Amino acid sequence: MADQIPLSMTVNGRARRGAAEPRLTLADFLREQALCTGVHLGCEHGVCGSCTVLMDGEAVRSCLLFAVQADGAHITTVEGLAPDDETLHPVQEAFRDCHGLQCGFCTPGFVVSVAAFLEANPDPSDDEIRHGIAGNLCRCTGYQGIVAATRQAAAVLKGEGQ
Amino acid sequence: MTNTAAAARYVGQSVKRLEDPRLVTGHGRYVDDIVLPGMLHAAFGRSDLARATITRLDTSAAEALEGVHAVFTGADLNSHNDSLRASLHPPESPAPPANMLADGDVRFVGDPYVMVVADSRYIAEDALDLVEVEFEPLDPVVNYETAAESDDLVHPELGSNLAHDLPVPNPAQEEAFADAAHIITETWHQHRQTNVPMETRGIVASWQPHAGVMEVWASTQSPHEMQLVGARVLGIGEHKIVVHFGDVGGGFGQKMFLGREDMAVLVAAKLLASPVKWIEDRRENLLASNHARIEQMTVTMAVDEDGNFLAADLDQLEDDGAYPLGGPATPGAMATMLYPGPYRMGPVSWRARTVYTNTCGRGAYRGPWQMESVAREQMIDRVAREIGMDPLELRRQNVLKPDDLPYQVSTGLFFETTISPEQTLEQAAEMIGYDDFRAEQAKAREEGRYLGLGMALYIEPTSMGMGPLGTESAMLRVEVDGHVNVFMGTGSHGQSLETTIAQLVADELGVRPEDVTLHQGHGSGYGFGTGGSRSAVIAGSAARAAASGVRDKVVAIAAHLMEASADDLEVADGVISVKGTPAASMTMAQVAATAYQNSDALPEGMEAGLEHTARYKAPPSTHSNACHICTCELDPGTGKVTLLRYVVSEDCGVLINPMVVDGQIAGGVVQGIGGVLYEHCVYDESGNPLASTFLDYLVPTAAEVPDLECGHVVVPSDTPGGHKGTGEGGAIGAPPAVFNAVADALAPFDVYPNRQPLDPNAVLSLIASASDS
Repeated sequence: MADQIPLSMTVNGRARRGAAEPRLTLADFLREQALCTGVHLGCEHGVCGSCTVLMDGEAVRSCLLFAVQADGAHITTVEGLAPDDETLHPVQEAFRDCHGLQCGFCTPGFVVSVAAFLEANPDPSDDEIRHGIAGNLCRCTGYQGIVAATRQAAAVLKGEGQ
Repeated sequence: MTNTAAAARYVGQSVKRLEDPRLVTGHGRYVDDIVLPGMLHAAFGRSDLARATITRLDTSAAEALEGVHAVFTGADLNSHNDSLRASLHPPESPAPPANMLADGDVRFVGDPYVMVVADSRYIAEDALDLVEVEFEPLDPVVNYETAAESDDLVHPELGSNLAHDLPVPNPAQEEAFADAAHIITETWHQHRQTNVPMETRGIVASWQPHAGVMEVWASTQSPHEMQLVGARVLGIGEHKIVVHFGDVGGGFGQKMFLGREDMAVLVAAKLLASPVKWIEDRRENLLASNHARIEQMTVTMAVDEDGNFLAADLDQLEDDGAYPLGGPATPGAMATMLYPGPYRMGPVSWRARTVYTNTCGRGAYRGPWQMESVAREQMIDRVAREIGMDPLELRRQNVLKPDDLPYQVSTGLFFETTISPEQTLEQAAEMIGYDDFRAEQAKAREEGRYLGLGMALYIEPTSMGMGPLGTESAMLRVEVDGHVNVFMGTGSHGQSLETTIAQLVADELGVRPEDVTLHQGHGSGYGFGTGGSRSAVIAGSAARAAASGVRDKVVAIAAHLMEASADDLEVADGVISVKGTPAASMTMAQVAATAYQNSDALPEGMEAGLEHTARYKAPPSTHSNACHICTCELDPGTGKVTLLRYVVSEDCGVLINPMVVDGQIAGGVVQGIGGVLYEHCVYDESGNPLASTFLDYLVPTAAEVPDLECGHVVVPSDTPGGHKGTGEGGAIGAPPAVFNAVADALAPFDVYPNRQPLDPNAVLSLIASASDS
């Protein structure tokens, strides 16, 4: 077995120290060592987006990165978005309000992607929303509720209310 | 029953889902989230050849790798199963050999022939690379159109590649053909697609020696099928299998039945006496879980000079692949039986055949028989074109109207009076603005732009009430603190049952939806699970009946304690009060505490406790119906089709949660759009699959789908809540609607498409064929 390389990163605000084989993916590290099982693996080849997390504020596919590449990074997963156990992040609230999820498997990746997308583009048109979230796959909703949720979250984050 | 039945407070409301807070925050519990002490990981070695003899298989190097616990071959595992039969497959009916791993030969690309169990999935896959195997390739049977005549046999044990052949001639059909003004024939082809749940298949199995108990966590639509088949595989009692049901990331039919890999994991966990996890990867899912929709139907319709349908003759051929998931079934026979659909079709004769090929096995996919709507609705557009009638007018002329109901169909189906095809046809036509679109289309054609409109009208047999599918049970218990637990045999995997069952119980019992928790899997009574658009009617009616039984007791206890007449009480949101005197009240918790902890205070002779179990038996079928209409623009330069608008008018009876209904329809519609325009499990001539990633198998993204507009016609069914199933409908109506829209856009080229997918290449080929002729 290959050598274990020590690494440390900040995951959802908590320092995590661990060790990983060079080939261990960031997704597997986050799931198995940081216990962030909200990081979902839908394809493991970088297309479906279910494993999307924020690395130093930028949305990345954790199945396409090795854990060692994230050494020293600040990672935010879907578990790290809500301010506390009783409150949802506006994007999460919007997904619930708009039926932006059914089975929920792709949802963590969508929620993180939408949060990053609205950070970069706080006032998107519908067309920009559709293309902005086209890097994530959902098989249940037909995207109707997801587009609506993104619209709602944009309004809330801009302070326009729902 | 007392006369205190509650008014509908929650049914009919778009109640926000109870399952969502955990799911949107990443706190769902899917099968891959299960970690057990000492858990091992399985990986399968799969054939790269469609048909070959295994001439050498040496696993010694793989076994020697550090971290490997076992390497199993077919010879090791197959003798350990008693039966792999799915519950819907009759024991006496012929089937492919009951093996979990290929033994001696491989029969499709992806056929598992070796299984490694190791400390981690990484090590298990390393070990697969060390397995030494040699194959002697054989000529594969790839083309299902010629499979029945081939001397090469997919399963030599069966002696033929023909799995089923069901001819049902009808002399009345032949008579009707004799004098018809028009006889029109076409063969309609669907192509190979697959379900693609975002969570692949997966299972964790843990054997407890001496106790003799197998504990299972599985991504399944049917916890009880997992239990029953698992018990058959292992040769142990059903009570010795405990199936835990957590969150399930979609299925669309794929997780209704156990795969050969699930069975292999069960056996391996028992042999090793260690917990074993297997999580399918996406390549395995695309190549070796199940495929669907590989079929064609030759339709011949007789029509009189006024456009009245007179009769039809159907010839259906379907590809079962090598190892059909859930056993060889005959959805083709259902497709032909259902072909008349919402029309006065006249006498129909039909034949349905299924063949084996050296490809991935067929499995259930959302509306497994939807070829009936595909063939019929595409055929009706063709007939309209041939006889020079508008397709909407042709449908209006032949559709079943309220005066026609109830209606006996020549193929044996019976439609009750609670269907509404004409109403949904008219509502959808109005929503799309039919006449305005035709005017816009004519103008666009003058400008050299190609717009098209397609429609599809269908009746779906939901909630089928026969055999293992016929019933569901609900065990409902109001706990000491007044909270309601319901235990059911369902397997919600996106259908929102934690919310919709809670809404039904809340109304019936007089509590709030958040006071109700649905428990699925272990501890529930037998039920077939969630699929076949059956949960609203069958599970919902069971939940309603269980709640009703408890409600009667709640009212009786409260009346006794409050010294009031039961007739004067009402129950709402967990409070039992005297009508008109809200101050005179008690809570559900007070009633429950009395029932369990102060039973001496109950009315004389009343049994202590507050629980009720009910089982609902469904009628043979509860029919829902819908009409889909969409419009598109086609770019003749690139072949690209852009959908402009998509409307659905549907009748699923009484809506429990409109938001959930619209969500089910939207998901199905987009699967149908994907099927016609983008998705294709391509095989080459040697049976080699070419779509093994999401870069080749194109699932639609948000950028490809239009906004969906949903209209509802509500004709309650005769079942207790007036509901009808709606889970599959979107995927039934969308393919022919989208196909017809593209065909309509292509009409100026005078071409007649008859096969999917209608991807840019296909569209350009059709246009080129027009220029050639």
